[in-house]
Amino acid sequence: MLRRALFWLLVCCLPALALAQAIQPLPFRDHAEEVRFQHLSAELRCPMCQNETLADSNAPIAHDLRRQVFEMMQAGKSDDEIKAYLVDRYSRFVLYSPPVEPSTWLLWFGPLVLLVAGGIVVAIQVRRRARQTPDAAPSAADTEDDW
Amino acid sequence: MTRLVPFFGFLLLVALFGFGIWWNTQHDQHEIASPLIDKPAPAYALPVLGEAQRTVDKASMLGKPYFLNVFASWCIECVHEHPIMMTGMKQLGLPLVGFNYKDDPQAATAWLDQHGNPFDVVIADREGRTGIDFGVYAAPETFLIDAKGVIRYKRIGPITPEVLDREIRPALAALAKEGS
Repeated sequence: MLRRALFWLLVCCLPALALAQAIQPLPFRDHAEEVRFQHLSAELRCPMCQNETLADSNAPIAHDLRRQVFEMMQAGKSDDEIKAYLVDRYSRFVLYSPPVEPSTWLLWFGPLVLLVAGGIVVAIQVRRRARQTPDAAPSAADTEDDW
Repeated sequence: MTRLVPFFGFLLLVALFGFGIWWNTQHDQHEIASPLIDKPAPAYALPVLGEAQRTVDKASMLGKPYFLNVFASWCIECVHEHPIMMTGMKQLGLPLVGFNYKDDPQAATAWLDQHGNPFDVVIADREGRTGIDFGVYAAPETFLIDAKGVIRYKRIGPITPEVLDREIRPALAALAKEGS
């Protein structure tokens, strides 16, 4: 009974699946190529809509760039070559994960520096208080008796 | 003195916040600085709108600076930009090349008939492939290309009278200074 219900559920969902496929009508050679394409286009940002990946965006430029990426893949270009091609034209903005280099050090290591600086401040404060009041904190056993 | 530390911290945050607001009034968040500025324009060869057998390429445009204005009949902002193309931009005295981006030739011709044609020549990039080479992602965009074929300036979005005075005239003045 349950199996039957699941079957019909699947049948009902099939058109939706077909529709999802229709957004991306690129003629991939095989599944591996499609996976590579999806992976690559999910790492690239659409310059027009800015908060969408190339894979998700419906903007005309995203469509054109997807086509371009696909054609470059077909021509045997590596992922890095394709990224470099897009960066040359649309700047590093198109990369969702910016490369580690001097101009992005603040971005990559800034949070770590802040964390370490905060940790140092806390450590200094804790030590200073511990030194100022060495006798103020009685042992747990004493306080228990007083109560 | 140590009591004032949080106060100074607060002032610092206020200053940072104020700077952020000021920065955003000066900069368009949607604008991506083009990596092509001060680099040679990509090689292109595109048919002239309405004269498919005639092409214009980069080499044929060398020798004199010119503007390349990306427009399309489907582009709403281009309509708003058009009056200044017909007047202020045209009066600058440089050739205006229309770059008809991903457009239907008939629609583009009709659009130019309706709004007026400020361009010395209009080239058509139907597929948008040359557009990718130029880093075009939203019409209208305007490039200033110098006599050696180097992109000197790019405007993303419509040209307004303010942009004309604040950005384009100085860019032209810089070009003129080099030439003399």
